[in-house]
Amino acid sequence: MARHVVAPVADIPPGGRHVITVGERRIVVFNLGGEFFALSDRCPHQGGSLCQGLLSGHVESPAPGEYVYARRGEMIRCPWHYWEFDIRTGKSWFDPKRVQLRQFQTHVETGAALQEGPYQAETFPVRVEDHYVVVEA
Amino acid sequence: MNVIQPIQVPGKPATATLGLLDVDIHPRPKSLEEFRPFLTDRWWQHMLTWGMRQRHGFTGGSPPFPKAQPLASRRDSWPPNGGTPCSDLDFMRFQLLDNYGHDIGVLNPLQPSGQGDRNNAFSAAMAHAVNEWQLEQWLRKEPRLRGSIVVPYEDPIASAAEIRKRAGDPNFVQVLMMSRTAEPAGNPRYWPIYEAAVEAGLPVAFHAFGYSGWAMTNGGWPSFYIEEVSEHATSCQNQVISLVVEGVLERFPALKIILIECGFAWLPSVAWRLDTHWKHLKSEVPHLKRAPSEQIRQHIWVSTQPMEEPERGQHILDIFDWVGWDRILFASDYPHWDFDDAREAIPGIIPKERRAAIYGGNARALYGL
Repeated sequence: MARHVVAPVADIPPGGRHVITVGERRIVVFNLGGEFFALSDRCPHQGGSLCQGLLSGHVESPAPGEYVYARRGEMIRCPWHYWEFDIRTGKSWFDPKRVQLRQFQTHVETGAALQEGPYQAETFPVRVEDHYVVVEA
Repeated sequence: MNVIQPIQVPGKPATATLGLLDVDIHPRPKSLEEFRPFLTDRWWQHMLTWGMRQRHGFTGGSPPFPKAQPLASRRDSWPPNGGTPCSDLDFMRFQLLDNYGHDIGVLNPLQPSGQGDRNNAFSAAMAHAVNEWQLEQWLRKEPRLRGSIVVPYEDPIASAAEIRKRAGDPNFVQVLMMSRTAEPAGNPRYWPIYEAAVEAGLPVAFHAFGYSGWAMTNGGWPSFYIEEVSEHATSCQNQVISLVVEGVLERFPALKIILIECGFAWLPSVAWRLDTHWKHLKSEVPHLKRAPSEQIRQHIWVSTQPMEEPERGQHILDIFDWVGWDRILFASDYPHWDFDDAREAIPGIIPKERRAAIYGGNARALYGL
């Protein structure tokens, strides 16, 4: 499994997203409040590009008359047919047992470590003083 | 930088060996100004002053519920340079024609089209303008596109005149009507439309939707959008039953009807019911000489998007066996939110040579392309 430098951390702010191609795969990386999650960008239904979708959450109701908008910004909705996926798990909200997006491990590494290590940033220079998001794919 | 540009991997569906012909693409203008050159001062001023007023309940033709996504369109179909979905030819080429390797795409302008306006004369002026606009903005610029003759169908005489104006122009491949009309489509008052279409050698397409002045469902106004989209099938059932029973298909033996975005799994069941009743009630409609099912199979074509998706794949094969494998046309419905991806939409259970016919062969034969 190779490791790919996605972008400088500062380029993907909380609530932001970034899409890369690794070979023939499209991978989209989300920043949820400082945590990075990488998922296949290809919707398993008909192949819509999830990076173009809307972020949403869920209305939860613990009891009649009480409701909260929970998990704001943690669900990605396909721009085509409304399929929704949990960014933290990759699971379909509608059919979590059978439909799941492939997840990829992410890390944040220093530029210094990347310049010394066996990593590749193909599209931009890596600077020692910055931090970078790295995905294993 | 937050990169969210689409990444596309272009490619024609592997089994589209007879070409990829898409019978349902919905172009829009960037603004109403695009129609200005094709409207007289009188109708341009009318539109600015009075607006478009569809025969429709609720406020000025707006639907009573949001349609899934803004403008009922894929969220990634808004052109990066501005404008509404499918209003920019270059972006439409990028996202649709080039991406899937379309050989031919048929335009069905829906909004605005002038169809279903309360003012028949304005409806006719707008339909004419929309047809000129198709030629100018789309068809003359992109040889892969074909147009539909938009007709102000509540004024059948004006509609027939519009069809005759376009007859013989290879840019236009069909006449466009909606599945919701003020009276059932077989009513003799609409016959001038069918007569002119047959004369011009063009099929008549009924696209789901439209402003009839009646409630959207047989039971009245729906509460939810999901009711409306599911009702597209039943809205077309009325039309098929009426076309058969009023004798349109017998009066115009060369008439070809295309049902777009209405589904088709219901077609055998409607035909079976009609056949049964026709046996008992022939004396009420002595002008019907042939079994309704025979007429339906001879005159009607259907389009794929959205295809019914039975739990058991065999059922879709059975339905297609009944409808006729040469009667099924591929449709993407671009740029609407329920768009079908050409490479994913046709189930693998359908044999390869049949898929090739659905993607391209059937439409080529129907339109004579």
